[in-house]
Amino acid sequence: MAISLTKTDVVIVGLGAVGGVAALPLARAGLEVVGLEAGAWLTPADFAPDELRNNVRGWPQAVQKANHEVPTHRPNASAPYSTRPAIHPMMNAVGGTTLHYWAQSWRLNPWDFKVVSETTRRYGASRIPKGSTVEDWPFGLEELEPHYEKVEYELGVSGKAGNLNGKIDSRGNIFEGSRKREYPMPPLRGTGFSEMMATAARKLEWHPFPGPAAINSRTYQNRAGCAYHGYCNRGGCHVNAKGSTAVTTIPKAQETGRLKVVTQATVTTVEADTDGRVSGVNYLKNGVEYFQPADVVLLASYVYENVRVLLLSKSKAYPNGLSNNHRQVGRHYFSHNQGASVTALFPRNLNNWYGLPAQGTAVDDWADDNFDHSGLDFIGGGNLWIYSDRRPISAADMNTFDRAPQWGSAWKAFVKENADRWNTAYLQKTTLPYEDNFLDLDPTVRDPLGFPVCRITADFKDNEKKVAAFIQDKMVQWFMTAGAVATARGQLGTMGPTTHAYGGTRMGNNPETNVVDRWGFSHEAPNLGILGASVMGTSGAHNPTLTAQALAWRTAEHLAKNWKTIRK
Amino acid sequence: MANKTDDERVTLSRRELLKRVGIVGVAAATVPAQALVPAAEIAPPVETSLSPQAVALPREALETFTAVEAATVEAMVARLIPTDENGPGAREARAAHYIDRALSGALASSLDAYRSGLSALDSYARASKGAPFAQLSTEEQDAVLTDLEHNVATGFAPNASTFFNLVRTHTIQGTFSDPYYGGNANFVGWDLIGYPGVRLAVTANDQRLDPHLIPTHKSAYDYTMFSKTRPARASREGREGLEGREGREGREGWEGRAPWRLA
Repeated sequence: MAISLTKTDVVIVGLGAVGGVAALPLARAGLEVVGLEAGAWLTPADFAPDELRNNVRGWPQAVQKANHEVPTHRPNASAPYSTRPAIHPMMNAVGGTTLHYWAQSWRLNPWDFKVVSETTRRYGASRIPKGSTVEDWPFGLEELEPHYEKVEYELGVSGKAGNLNGKIDSRGNIFEGSRKREYPMPPLRGTGFSEMMATAARKLEWHPFPGPAAINSRTYQNRAGCAYHGYCNRGGCHVNAKGSTAVTTIPKAQETGRLKVVTQATVTTVEADTDGRVSGVNYLKNGVEYFQPADVVLLASYVYENVRVLLLSKSKAYPNGLSNNHRQVGRHYFSHNQGASVTALFPRNLNNWYGLPAQGTAVDDWADDNFDHSGLDFIGGGNLWIYSDRRPISAADMNTFDRAPQWGSAWKAFVKENADRWNTAYLQKTTLPYEDNFLDLDPTVRDPLGFPVCRITADFKDNEKKVAAFIQDKMVQWFMTAGAVATARGQLGTMGPTTHAYGGTRMGNNPETNVVDRWGFSHEAPNLGILGASVMGTSGAHNPTLTAQALAWRTAEHLAKNWKTIRK
Repeated sequence: MANKTDDERVTLSRRELLKRVGIVGVAAATVPAQALVPAAEIAPPVETSLSPQAVALPREALETFTAVEAATVEAMVARLIPTDENGPGAREARAAHYIDRALSGALASSLDAYRSGLSALDSYARASKGAPFAQLSTEEQDAVLTDLEHNVATGFAPNASTFFNLVRTHTIQGTFSDPYYGGNANFVGWDLIGYPGVRLAVTANDQRLDPHLIPTHKSAYDYTMFSKTRPARASREGREGLEGREGREGREGWEGRAPWRLA
């Protein structure tokens, strides 16, 4: 029998990227918040610049609970078996994966909110790929704009505006939607390599600019500026320059005295009354079972865990899982089209040894609908991103471009000369949701507590493959213009567990096709809010985190403003 | 008893040392001793005469491999990343020492693959070249490894190229990882590829195209903020350390003398 605790106003499940953001407006509004976090507090001493531990052995991901519940994956429902990677891409800790993420903090472009209506208007309805369940968002970029701004200032995002109140500035992204306010900090500095690439992009008459990052380019709110030491990627920040929620919104919320952080708390299920309202959550801590009653529950775990907790929370009112009477939980799942990279070999050292994945040059000319698709057979596009990030093990294990064997003296001579002469571009591309890409519970694989893990059934479709090939062509062109002597194209890959997962509890006005309403609250359980990229219906061509955080802020602000109605 | 053994080891000739570990054959047998010598002192990899002073062996044990297995792995890594005109290789980096330690820790799940793979390697070497792998000439060793890489060598489970790739991956880790883990001795791996080393802060000038940086030759754990003075650190390595491998390191290695600083 679970120990029942004192009731709180709001319980947040997960204090990561989105739960850690939502806590702040709630606590500031005077609400009592309990934040349940499966992981622990980590400190800068945990973030040693150690490639073997962080990048090869996956220490940041392996320290906590997520690693025991890695989702399985199969490409389609008739696949004979599922595969399961050894390490979960996400981690548990106060701050969650914002501790070790790249911190690229993009706003989505205006088109991403209106893929269906804009595609139909410009090219005709037949251009929406067959089988896609994509919908317009229930609102446009302009409605999310104030929340983007709020989060950029609370976390501290470095960048350069490309569209300030309609005024286009080519030092930033000229394709972005209008913003009311400049970034709180200038962009992270350029490097010799990023400037070399920017020059090449201009030669092609493209529009290069430094990408936005939730990393301090100078001291901000008493946190240091970035040290550019090269181990940011899956390593965490040793000087707290990265704007993880663990060092920004969560401590700010704690300062109000109204956020109680409970660590090592593994939430198992959300309880619902017979009238369909949720009453609180069950969790385990140190082997003891607790029930935390609350007027409002905000589910703020990662996409896979949000869906899993909902499907595991069965009750009289929700026999198919919480908020799943319309059978939409787990639907409209997609994972970002991040594979299909391009790697280039240059005839000179690039000095990529230091820096970070968020320090680089972006090109958005081929993203979204920023170019004319009339003569093309796909919709959407990709963001081209080159950055300075190199560590010795991966540098030595480089692609040899068929110019050297894989071992022995000839290999050694090759890597001695070329370890610092290659670069891999990061290409994020439009991905759409489809009827037959979905999440559910695995019928056989269980976590150590005996609960089924999440199962991914998903595969890239024609539109995604065509976007990938098109974007790789553009990237090859960019690298060659910059002086590369060889390029190699990466595979598109499978749609297994990823850090860029979307959908499963999609947001929309229609309860027949969406789990949450325009504010992020369940269409079925009115006092259940869902935070994270699981509510997003499109990916755009940019990292999801800032958008998920802006949505979290918006949901929390809506809750605070309408507290009496929502708590009932 | 232990002290006596150590005193003896210092005065042992190489040939005696080889007899003691039960290995006959020159190429492989030079490895355990040579790998402990600073890179600069290693001229040709084979047939170096090691004076007793140069072989002031630190107290050290194989943690996972048998002596024969260790010699085979030493011979393998020495061919994968050879010592040659481009300088020290995996042998001087002590990649095999890294692997031996890691197989009792983070890489424990690969132990069975090593046990069966090394045994299969010797069987294949005997069948195809007439002697265990470690006793073959370097040319013969390369031919055998090529057969593994191309997956034409027989007797491996699941197959030869899987074992080859496993050892290649770990040899690269042992040569280029932070020396804290027992490889990359004297930073020979990082120097080979021109990695200027772990720095906690990097200037704009350091990120120019031609920065002319002087290697730091520092491990991450040479910086006190990451060192083991924090036993409560919430890490897998830390937890392991309190009970096992790193605990020993902590007492005898880290706090006393960084084990990779052999010069």
